[in-house]
Amino acid sequence: MGAYLLRRLALTVPVLIGVATLVFSLIHLVPGDPAQAMLGEGAAPADVTALRTRLGLDRPLYVQYGTFVAGLARGDLGTSFRTNTPVARMIAERMPATAELAVAAMVVALGLAIPLGIVAAVRKGSWIDHGAMTLALVGISVPNFWLGPLLAILFAVEWNLLPVSGRGTPLHLVLPAVTLGAALAAILARMTRASLLEELRELYVVAARARGASRWRAVLRHAFRNSLIPVVTIAGLQFGSLLTGAIITETIFAWPGVGRLLIQSISFRDYPAVQGCILLIAVTYVFVNLATDLVYGLLDPRIRYD
Amino acid sequence: MTRVGAMIVALAVSMAVLSPILAPYDPASQVLSLRLAGPMLDHPFGLDELGRDILSRILAGARISLLVGLAVVSVSATAGSLLGATAGYVGGRLDTLISRIIDILMAFPGILLAIALVAVLGPSLFNVVLALSAIGWVGYARLVRGQVLRAREFEFVQAARALGAGTWRVLLTHLLPATLPALVVQSTLGMAGAILAEASLSFLGLGVQPPTPSWGTMLNGGRAHLLDAPHLTVFPGLAIALLVLGFNFLGDGLRDRVDPRRGMGGRV
Repeated sequence: MGAYLLRRLALTVPVLIGVATLVFSLIHLVPGDPAQAMLGEGAAPADVTALRTRLGLDRPLYVQYGTFVAGLARGDLGTSFRTNTPVARMIAERMPATAELAVAAMVVALGLAIPLGIVAAVRKGSWIDHGAMTLALVGISVPNFWLGPLLAILFAVEWNLLPVSGRGTPLHLVLPAVTLGAALAAILARMTRASLLEELRELYVVAARARGASRWRAVLRHAFRNSLIPVVTIAGLQFGSLLTGAIITETIFAWPGVGRLLIQSISFRDYPAVQGCILLIAVTYVFVNLATDLVYGLLDPRIRYD
Repeated sequence: MTRVGAMIVALAVSMAVLSPILAPYDPASQVLSLRLAGPMLDHPFGLDELGRDILSRILAGARISLLVGLAVVSVSATAGSLLGATAGYVGGRLDTLISRIIDILMAFPGILLAIALVAVLGPSLFNVVLALSAIGWVGYARLVRGQVLRAREFEFVQAARALGAGTWRVLLTHLLPATLPALVVQSTLGMAGAILAEASLSFLGLGVQPPTPSWGTMLNGGRAHLLDAPHLTVFPGLAIALLVLGFNFLGDGLRDRVDPRRGMGGRV
């Protein structure tokens, strides 16, 4: 396990360098002069020159890259062009909201997916199974930017049960969490069903039944626990994608997280803030995937890393 | 499921092709006196914030969605297959290089990279296709590389090599055709992904720009009218969900046929 941990960490290094290089390259992909693009066509040439100097765009590319990486090492993501505050601070203020939303969405997804997947597997081939899996495929196909407004129309506008936007009380969290977690619930329900069906073919389940265990006891006490391993892995890997899904969900529900900051920064052409948000989401994604891989090894003692 | 998926997709393609004939109104023409009017006999899906017929715009939007999907899948599948097949067949340093690039891009959330690219390149239909293809090729490359690694040891490939066939001939006439079934499944599911991604970008204001009728842009326009005109949100979203569902049904069904082991399982 120790050797695997080192190797897995070593593999993460080039990925992080790649992510940092991609994010650094972004500002250089802006057609024309990024400083001009940020200030607009009508900006005075002196202002454009001053901004180019402030952003370091007048220096050689390798110097810019070195400064960028050195800044990252110190936790310095630059200064926002719009608010003139450090990007790292802006992100740190928004991160708790995004983390809260992502965790709540994961709870919703697991809470819906696991019962649905178990029932579908146990009643394989029945109308319940077909219904549950069709519902799951519908869940994957319904975009969150449609589901969110639909839920808002029903629960906030028509029935006046939940607040439609903002963050504050636990009630504010319900609609964004369901919107963000629905697609993941669909994926995990299909995964739970497939994984449980695999386990149900194993001899230990037959043996448990032969010893007199009831059908549900054989499923819940024996097969289900083992079937959870791939489900937990997929849930972990998908946690990263919740962070990207949060970009849309936060925009719909005016949730004050990193995703909303990213979209606001794009509309203001605040490239340092855009780079900071993208870097943070991507790096979190990489580390969540790394943690999932490591937890996978701990969960299943049969897995050997050689 | 496969048939239902195929029917939905066929219907959407017909709608897209025949939209100029089927659409009851010009998707750009406005009736300002009927702004935000709900569904009625003359306008079954109602009118939008600028008094344009929503049904006509959904029909025209089908063209954009399918065109973007087709363009992204064609570019991604071609580039990804060629790179993946070359990496898998040639091996060595080239394989290491391509595999490392795949690893890095796989570690980067796809839609985030697309958002980043469109944010700096500027919102347009072309840039959406470019950004989605830039992230889309990776999945195809990984799939084809794996398939080629397996297939290159098959006897028919070794026989071709023994008969003097060159690298490109083996790749293009023997190995790539062997990967076609898996590629077709991936492309069908890729259509669903590309359509959804285009709609997401357009919804965020980063994709197709108004007045071009894109389903995502229509949903974005509907956000400001959730309270007074929910039909602006309901119908374009339904169109996206149905088309994506169609491609997912079709892709899932095709995958089960290509790999019959999937879907098997025991009973208690």
